[in-house]
Amino acid sequence: MIASLKRKKRDLAAIDGRHFSLDGAMTVLSFILLLVIVVVPIFMIVYNAFFDQGKFSLDLICEQLSKKDNLISMWNTIKIAVLVTILGTIMGVFYAWLLGRSDIPCKGLMRALFNIPYMFPPFLGAMAWDLLLNGRSGYLNKWFVDVFNLSSAPFNINSIGGIVFVELSYYFPFVFMQVVSAFERMDPKLEECARIAGARQGTVIRKITLPLVTPAISAGALLILISSLAHFGVPSILGFSQGIYTLPTKIYAVISRSGGSFEGIRQGAALSIMLVVVVAAALIIQKKVLSSGSYDIIKGKSMRPTLIKLRGARIPLFVLAVLTLVLIVIVPLAMIFLVGLVKAYGLPLIPENFTLANYTKVFASSGTFNSISNSLFVSIAAGIICMFLGTLIAYVVQKIKPRGKGVLEVLSVLPYSIPGTVLAIGVILAWSGKLGVNLYNTIWIILIAYLARYLSFSMKTSSAALLQVHPSLEEAARTCGASHTESLKDVTLPLIRPAMVSGFFLIFLPAMREVTTSVLLYGPYTRTLGVQIYSLRDAGMMPQAAALGSVAIVMIIVCNTIVTAITKDRKGV
Amino acid sequence: MASVKFDNISFRYGDNYILKNFSLTVEESQILCLVGPSGCGKTTLVRCLLGLSKPETGSIYVGETCVFSAEKHINIPAERRKIGIVFQDYAVWPHMTVKENVCYPMKKRHMAKADIEKRAMHALAQVNMTEYANHLPSQLSGGQQQRVAIARALVSSDGLIVMDEPITNLDAKLREQMLLEIREIQRNIGTTILYITHDQQSALQLCDKMAIMEQNGSLCQLGNDEDIILRPANRFTFEFIGVSNFIPMLFENGQCYLDFEGKKQIWTDTLPDMDKTKKMEVGVRPNDIVFDDDSPIRGKVHRSVFLGSEYDYFIDINGKELRVQQNTLDAVCLGVAKEGSEVGIKFLNPHYYEAKEA
Repeated sequence: MIASLKRKKRDLAAIDGRHFSLDGAMTVLSFILLLVIVVVPIFMIVYNAFFDQGKFSLDLICEQLSKKDNLISMWNTIKIAVLVTILGTIMGVFYAWLLGRSDIPCKGLMRALFNIPYMFPPFLGAMAWDLLLNGRSGYLNKWFVDVFNLSSAPFNINSIGGIVFVELSYYFPFVFMQVVSAFERMDPKLEECARIAGARQGTVIRKITLPLVTPAISAGALLILISSLAHFGVPSILGFSQGIYTLPTKIYAVISRSGGSFEGIRQGAALSIMLVVVVAAALIIQKKVLSSGSYDIIKGKSMRPTLIKLRGARIPLFVLAVLTLVLIVIVPLAMIFLVGLVKAYGLPLIPENFTLANYTKVFASSGTFNSISNSLFVSIAAGIICMFLGTLIAYVVQKIKPRGKGVLEVLSVLPYSIPGTVLAIGVILAWSGKLGVNLYNTIWIILIAYLARYLSFSMKTSSAALLQVHPSLEEAARTCGASHTESLKDVTLPLIRPAMVSGFFLIFLPAMREVTTSVLLYGPYTRTLGVQIYSLRDAGMMPQAAALGSVAIVMIIVCNTIVTAITKDRKGV
Repeated sequence: MASVKFDNISFRYGDNYILKNFSLTVEESQILCLVGPSGCGKTTLVRCLLGLSKPETGSIYVGETCVFSAEKHINIPAERRKIGIVFQDYAVWPHMTVKENVCYPMKKRHMAKADIEKRAMHALAQVNMTEYANHLPSQLSGGQQQRVAIARALVSSDGLIVMDEPITNLDAKLREQMLLEIREIQRNIGTTILYITHDQQSALQLCDKMAIMEQNGSLCQLGNDEDIILRPANRFTFEFIGVSNFIPMLFENGQCYLDFEGKKQIWTDTLPDMDKTKKMEVGVRPNDIVFDDDSPIRGKVHRSVFLGSEYDYFIDINGKELRVQQNTLDAVCLGVAKEGSEVGIKFLNPHYYEAKEA
């Protein structure tokens, strides 16, 4: 009797609205977290750039705009980004076609090698090229001068051209990877029909193949453009010595020159606004120029495309591809490893001068060791937190669909198009005491910046996975007697687990080699791996920087191998 | 075993009413087929019953339990309604084996382990899936996944199972076999089944009772299969349930005529009461039209198609085309009407309906 009464009461308690709703709680939590992580820093930049002691003023912006060197660095930023985007797109599409659709030999191996620049930190590449082609002391330059009896060095990597060259070699894989996968998913019948209808091979490529992969090309080109506009590592390593600045490096220079004072940070904020305007303008122009719908003709499943015979061009093109690989992958990698072994910077790279002392020094120094553990800590923490947070937001956006889900979506993807330098300044302004919380000089401020920076990665992968989970699967669990929480735990989460794991690695890997934001946020005890390499080089300890760099490369390659192994045998949904 | 009572249910998206004051009762231990065109609100009704959607008005009873009442503010959450469901897309969890799928509802109801094992194997035996107990759903065919979904529904409820278009994705032969099996299982355990479909053919094979829903979400007829086929309540049911011919009627000088594209043919059947000022039509099923050389209604055989169990004719009367079906035995005995030949035809079992607004 009592039991049945109790039961009645519970049934009546299930009246809508009066009991705690999980959906509502998740929605509110998502909004709050995004507010703290994303909105606050962005707001702080805008506020500090436009308001002086609580009053609206354009003085700061005008002052920064009137400085000639700021305008020059803005122009440099645009020039470099546009060049890298155009050249990178051409190069990416060309090699994607070569490896995706022609009968060039050794495809599998070459594809794997072409993906290496994507995981390799660009600033290490810049370091390597600086060692080789530095106008004064580059190894290769010296060799050229000796062999050809030149009066001066033939190449100077410390120039706009040099910056474009190095960025290009790290950013063309964005287009390459997108386009290769589009080629693989394209139905070969589409091209065969055109051939049957009487079109020549060249016409088919121009009129059928390229238009079909245009969405993939423009998506990749957009990635290159945004990344290059915001890029810090390469221009800072190659440009500083010659006084060549881009906006991100200018911001860094302004802040480090001011010793981290508030005035310096405010100037940085104003410059950030300029950078954001450039990025926004680029996004708008890109949308106008390359607006093209996506085609459903490109299917999700892999097909076997018809390969085009290169005939006589096969071997020359193969040689060209191999040379490209040697130039952009092997040479810089080898350089970093070799310089890591050399006794003192500047000695010729011959076995007599080799030593392992740099490595022992690197591992003996507590600073280096700390930087590795710092990086591991922030990267793993950011990966795990973002993985859950991104999944939470993806769930709210895809399944709960509350009012304002568009806002959630925009907020979580927004930081991705905000340059890391800008984000770092926002984080400094927001979390160094002005709002009551002071995290400056601690590892937590770096973690918060990483969260904002990488949230969209995990949000995107989880979103895609959640779209594959049909709502009836969760509903079936509900009718089988599982509460909402249980149906999430038993059905939805297990089904998207593989995507969550790959979301983690998508964050962990780039976070391990991050410099752009951490270089502005690190404190005496919170150097990250990237910052440590950067400062070793800055302090002139080139061989040690190279040794630590090679340690970083080995770590990245090992992690990447683990990731591929994990993601390969994931269970299909 | 439980009956289901929908009382005065309304549901809408914005201003668009999917269901308006809908009432329907499913009696205990029966199979009721709810048939209606796509988009008429069948699935919405099921979702309201399961507790996945919340109606605006009305109440729903499963047996004696009120699972929903807008008035009394009762809305038992889906997980406590104890209704078995087979979704159209099966919704078999891809990350669990067949047995784990079937055990899940019992685990959630905290049954004893030994019981769970026993009932799961029994349910799997009922759907002939015992040997696949440890397979993953991705290793099963569509029909086999279907059976897993049915087994899961069987163990999740003693009294009531809802099937929402469960066999639409199967091929014709498998469909028939599944229908027989569903019927068999229901006979053995006596569960009440609410079967949702847009396909009247499978509904006829399966049901004790049929409920026809109209496009606007209202119930237009509830009855056993014979009722529905022989005495359709209105034009919608008549048209929806099978192939139909409609011939406009004319009333002149107290006489009734059939109008074949301008050619008038006198019609002498006794008419039921009807409003003769309105446009009326005679509705006839193809198999209610027979050949009769003495009939004054004459037409030309335009096309004749042999369908195995019957002949399908297209008969042209002054430009108006009628579908006529003759079963093969009759056709063989009486002779098959040749394409191009002239035939007389007679209408049996005519229905009279108001003409549709053009």
